[in-house]
Amino acid sequence: MSEYILELKNISKRFGGVEVLHGVSFALRPGEVHALLGENGAGKSTLIKVITGIHQPDGGEIFLNGQRVHFDDALQARQAGIAAIYQELSLCPDLNVAENIFLGRQPTTVGGRIDWRKLYSEAERLLTSLGVHLDLRTKARELSIAQMQSVEISRAFSLDARILIMDEPTSSLTLNEVAELFGLVRRLREQGTAIIFISHRLEELFEVADRVTVLRDGSYIDTRLVKDVSRDELVRLMVGRTISNLFPKQDVQPGEIALKVDHLTHTGIFEDISFELRKGEILGMAGLVGAGRTDVARAIFGVVPPTSGTIEIEGRPVEISSPQQAISLGLAYVPEDRQQHGLIPAMNITSNISLPILKEYARRGWLVDKAERAAAFSAARQMEVRANTIWQIARTLSGGNQQKVVLAKWLSTKPRIFILDEPTRGIDVGTKAAVHALMSNLAAEGIAILMISSELPEVLGMSDRILVMHEGQMTGHFTRAEATQEKIISAATQAVTAGRAM
Amino acid sequence: MTAKNPTAPRSNPLRALTRFRELGIIIFILILAVVVGLRASDFLTLGNFRDILVDISILVIVALAQTMVILTHGIDLSVGSSIGLVAMMVAFTIKTDPKIPLVVVVLLGMALGAVLGTFNGLIIAVGKVPPIIATLGTLSIYRGMVFLYSQGYWIPPYQLPENFPDLAKGTPLGIPNVIIFAIVVAILVYYFLNYTRTGRDIYAVGSNPDAAQYVGIRKQQIIFLVYVLSGIAAGLAGVLWASRFESSQTNTALGFELQTVAAAIIGGVSIGGGVGTVPGVLLGALALGMINNAVTLVRISPFWEQAAQGLLILIAVVSDTLITRRIQRNKLK
Repeated sequence: MSEYILELKNISKRFGGVEVLHGVSFALRPGEVHALLGENGAGKSTLIKVITGIHQPDGGEIFLNGQRVHFDDALQARQAGIAAIYQELSLCPDLNVAENIFLGRQPTTVGGRIDWRKLYSEAERLLTSLGVHLDLRTKARELSIAQMQSVEISRAFSLDARILIMDEPTSSLTLNEVAELFGLVRRLREQGTAIIFISHRLEELFEVADRVTVLRDGSYIDTRLVKDVSRDELVRLMVGRTISNLFPKQDVQPGEIALKVDHLTHTGIFEDISFELRKGEILGMAGLVGAGRTDVARAIFGVVPPTSGTIEIEGRPVEISSPQQAISLGLAYVPEDRQQHGLIPAMNITSNISLPILKEYARRGWLVDKAERAAAFSAARQMEVRANTIWQIARTLSGGNQQKVVLAKWLSTKPRIFILDEPTRGIDVGTKAAVHALMSNLAAEGIAILMISSELPEVLGMSDRILVMHEGQMTGHFTRAEATQEKIISAATQAVTAGRAM
Repeated sequence: MTAKNPTAPRSNPLRALTRFRELGIIIFILILAVVVGLRASDFLTLGNFRDILVDISILVIVALAQTMVILTHGIDLSVGSSIGLVAMMVAFTIKTDPKIPLVVVVLLGMALGAVLGTFNGLIIAVGKVPPIIATLGTLSIYRGMVFLYSQGYWIPPYQLPENFPDLAKGTPLGIPNVIIFAIVVAILVYYFLNYTRTGRDIYAVGSNPDAAQYVGIRKQQIIFLVYVLSGIAAGLAGVLWASRFESSQTNTALGFELQTVAAAIIGGVSIGGGVGTVPGVLLGALALGMINNAVTLVRISPFWEQAAQGLLILIAVVSDTLITRRIQRNKLK
């Protein structure tokens, strides 16, 4: 028998051409709470899905109780005693609470008939024992996020799993609910269940975890005992790298104010956001996924207008109620999800680039092909898009080149204010540097850039000033000289008020 | 089955609203009965009711199978052609060998249907072709096979064995057999969908395929299964069709797939998957059958039949959308 209930050795995983896990090792003892820590995109969720059989590793070995195992799907992993609560909610909205708990393993009578009475009574007993108050017959569709989460937790508990994985279980719970959850976690640990716990909130790790393993950029960094490690040390392990000169932001003398946002609020999503953005400046917005940064950007761009607060563009107060209006005011917004919002994957490069300004190429409603082609060609060249021809279909381009096409598309509208949401997510290093160089050139030409990024080195390297958001609030505001990774992570993971006053 | 519908909601205005689709169709049926009953005295008679039931029995069998397909967020457009092909093959078989027992004829039809359904299932579950495209393709293929198989000829009543029409129209139990077939299928599907794990898996896969996969449901197997079941139902329907109309033609059940989809949707099955009940679909088929019957009795242009069906579908889909939106909005409060 091994001392570990679960051991992963040298696990690697590739999606398409991108390797997201590079030889990660991880070992779990029975009866411990083992935290998995890392920045956004460090590979935690992928690792979890490898353990639960949803993804199959491309390399490496998994040992369960010292026996080498391979899971073809989630069912096999569950039968081996592994249960998980996923970050993205995994309930069936059209089924009710009780059935969601027992989905795929409803109690049956001898004849194989589902025993609904037993299902409801067992669900009732389970929820009571967990102190969850829910109507068993409510459809999951009608539940709040926190209620859905408690259904998921109930389901995982009901599995009597020997290994329980919790991927950000607390992200949408109130403090009381978190306390209840931790009570349950401790009870399970006493019963010998091994728990893998993922959270962005460092305080929580110190509260429940015994050991912690840190991942960074898809690689294993270290495993420590929680009682022997300090918060600062963990942050250092998470961040790790030194900032290279990959990020060539040129020094630009900031010009006049291009965009001024004052007390911008969207009730329940973000609150009291104020900042200024000058011409030639790059303002970085840091924070964790879900901190509300994208919502602020969408509010400024008129996608979901704010409930209160004011926006000024070049000194003029404006009310932006639609993206069309925002474009006409000189704004451009490059959304995070290229495939979904930024590009039309089935169209070729030219058509994608000319999309926002088709009107300019039309004569009496008919497109004048030549002008469109010429404009697209020059924009694509300016962005150094690497493609065989400008007729190549956007879907077939690499992530980095798709991003360049998106940038080229918005450049063709001649914007004065550029909002970039995660401009280099999922792009290889080389192309990343090219995108950064382009951003720097744009700033040098006097364009104001608001850059949302979850990648700290990028934020620190590219930004003239940095805003930090946490759960819809502004929790930090630093100049380039003041900012350090530690300060930003600190502000992004807890509601500190340092630097709040501008 | 004494237990009440296990997913039946209790009192709660929002949930009552989600039941609205079935309630709405009941109200529609009642209004239609009264209005047509006033114009045509023959409408509200037991004999006419029996005629309507005979008319919709085959529709019920196929629409319930179609419902299982739609529950997984799929669609089977090939059922009309499958019915036509099975009807033709079965009719040719018993024309050549009239001694085959009726039970064997029924089983043969279902087996042929299962083969057709398996082909659909393989294209969709293994080949990962979108259901609407895959079954649009087999709709044409199967219909083409009807022509190839029959060489363009049809089988008139006198070429069929004398006892064959009894399969659908005989009344050993006091009501025509075809109604009995529909009732048995309805009970089986009801039991399957509500009291077996596989049945619940169908709802789960349609409601949230990822979640279903996370709890270990084998998504592709479920999807494969519903097309096979749909094929079997179409096979049974093909045999009953040939028996009821005492013939088989190259255009048998042409366009019938749209009737089955209509019955499901009018009965409250969500085209997005995951939502739909057997009683709802039975009501949907009944509403279609009543419209059909009423148009004949009141002697109005058959154009109105199509238009009324279309209107009913639109009302069902629009109310479905509105209800979903309302629920989403209430949740945000």
